Amino acid sequence: MNKRKRFSIYVMTLVMAMAGAQFAMAQKLTGAGSTFDYPIFAKWFSEYSQAHPGVEINYQSIGSGGGIQQVSNGLVDFGASDGPMTDAQLAQSKVKLVHIPVVLGAVVPVFNVPGVNNLRFSGETLADIFLGNIKTWNDPRIAKDNPSVMLPSMAINVVHRADGSGTTFIFADYLSKVSSAWKSGPGVGTSLNWPKGIGGKGSEGVTGLIRQLPGSIGYVELTYALQNHISFGAVKNAAGNWITASIPGVTAAAASVKNMPADFRVSITNAPGATAYPISSFSWMLVPVKAQDAAKGRVLRDFLSWMVKSGEAQVSSLYYAPLPENVGQKVLKVVYSLQ
Amino acid sequence: MTDLRMPNPVAAPSRSRAEERNDSSATDAPVGSVSGEVSAVRGYLLSRGNSAGSDRFFAGAMLLCALAIFALVALIAVELMTQSRLSWHAFGFSFFYKFNVDPITHLPLFWDPVNGVFYALPFIYGTLVTSLVALCIAVPLAIGLAVFLTEMCPLWMRAPLSFFTELLAAIPSVVYGLWAIFILVPLLREHINPVLMAIFTEPGLTHLLGWTGLFGDNGLFGGVNLGLGLLCGGVILAIMILPIIASLTREVMRSVPNSQREAALALGATRWEMIRMAVLRNARIGIVGSVILGLGRALGETMAVAMVIGNSPEIHLSLLSMGHSMASVIANEFSEATSDMHRSALIEVGLALFLVTIVVNAFARILVWAVTRGAPARVQ
Repeated sequence: MNKRKRFSIYVMTLVMAMAGAQFAMAQKLTGAGSTFDYPIFAKWFSEYSQAHPGVEINYQSIGSGGGIQQVSNGLVDFGASDGPMTDAQLAQSKVKLVHIPVVLGAVVPVFNVPGVNNLRFSGETLADIFLGNIKTWNDPRIAKDNPSVMLPSMAINVVHRADGSGTTFIFADYLSKVSSAWKSGPGVGTSLNWPKGIGGKGSEGVTGLIRQLPGSIGYVELTYALQNHISFGAVKNAAGNWITASIPGVTAAAASVKNMPADFRVSITNAPGATAYPISSFSWMLVPVKAQDAAKGRVLRDFLSWMVKSGEAQVSSLYYAPLPENVGQKVLKVVYSLQ
Repeated sequence: MTDLRMPNPVAAPSRSRAEERNDSSATDAPVGSVSGEVSAVRGYLLSRGNSAGSDRFFAGAMLLCALAIFALVALIAVELMTQSRLSWHAFGFSFFYKFNVDPITHLPLFWDPVNGVFYALPFIYGTLVTSLVALCIAVPLAIGLAVFLTEMCPLWMRAPLSFFTELLAAIPSVVYGLWAIFILVPLLREHINPVLMAIFTEPGLTHLLGWTGLFGDNGLFGGVNLGLGLLCGGVILAIMILPIIASLTREVMRSVPNSQREAALALGATRWEMIRMAVLRNARIGIVGSVILGLGRALGETMAVAMVIGNSPEIHLSLLSMGHSMASVIANEFSEATSDMHRSALIEVGLALFLVTIVVNAFARILVWAVTRGAPARVQ
């Protein structure tokens, strides 16, 4: 009896000591935004918490729009978005925010043409397909880029994302750079007025429809295509090379951007590098310049520098492209300047 | 028959209780004076004291529960209206019916988030058409199922049939959506749509019934057959609302007294006539009620429809063409709507869905009232 009592006292003291330690250091951060970033954030936050007991970072993947709104109103400690905030949004924001690039994403064209495994697309051709100007697979403009492929005379079914998505934003941003008709037509946004095609819900909806419909073409994130072993087409970059998307190719696109602006709000689609994959983009964390709570600001700053120094090394295991060295150094400078 | 001859075991105590009640009410004021005569029940009731206070409390609490419904509906309506103020001011009532015309293609332009054009007509159209298709398929099927279950099902089949009907209701809608993409879409595209297209574009029929506008290449089943679209959305909705309508209809039919059936049969009705006159006729209000409930689910269903309807804000007569529904556009675009106007317009679509649901429900209720008008069941 006595023994058991003593044991239970030990246990209780231990529990209380642990709780006390937790309480003394506990820092709970919340963030919200992009669903694209969620897997890597989940991995980073859990590893960072293990290395820094007492720090807990929660992330709600409610979508970029929601993330921008919540961080602008000071409801969360940080936001995340696949597209940069516009000047108007920054001006409206109640909190002064900076953009911190965290990872890179890329969008790949996915197609289902019976008997065809590899296709190459130039930017203008992609734009004309999605505009509905190229209607069949054996169109001379597709055939010209794919001289060794036997193309069927099948009608092209365009499949696009129906839900608002950063993927759509990146893809449309690229198309509007390579096609003036696209720029003056559908334009750039997370949801578009598509000239033709079927909307699939989410990456899985788009791939599901493409698998179901022979003759269809669509676009998904590179991470999604790699994880699910979906083959995709090569795209001609600004230097005139055919690039099949890969993680190094995406990082190369970011590295080749000249005159990186100080706030990192830059589109890296159609980047100039020789090996750069043209449909690439940063994904950003939106961080207040001055944290509402100094202790939280300190933790967030520490996390961000940890992210650049050791977090980036892990992103390829989840099929994200890491930031290039030169961008990482610039990001660190901004992180140190946060208050 | 035997009951009449035997002393009724139920009647006897009830009579004595009635007498007792008379006794006590007669001597109500001076209860104490005949205290020796008070029964156990009466004694308990008296010792417990006056219950008026707790009765009033109970009634108040129940009233509060009921009023909570009004409060909820009012809160939803108010919130939707305040949140959609921005687009309401920009588009006004034309939000529900107007559209722009694309300068290049000359096609109507309803929804362009990039350029800030927001008109809700194609979503309202898509929701109503898919729900209508769903009802056309589900109602006859559900009533047939319910008739079979209550009137002619062999005993061994009854339990499994009911079980599987209810199982259909328990499947999450996203699972229905996935199933639709992988099974229903190819099935419609390869086997069902070609038959429908052949019938509706058949030259003879087109010549004969072309004036309805439903036949021919621009008719109900014209255009490109991808398997997706309004018809597919309607079919998946039909499968989803079938269990609701079927199980409620079954309950209603089961509650029709057996004496009605026996009376109809005794008058020489065949089984079908019995079902029509005694069962369906008596149960019709309940059946319409269950159809309204099913329609409610069809109007609000989001995920499964979003996965197969094609998600493009257009209006075409053909059921094979792509469409969009109110619930699915909100689900699709809300989380990534970055401009305030876009978000506000989506909330106004939510308001439109709310109003359409009210209007459709009210219309259905008026229909029920007009058909029945409280008339008793009668045989034609």
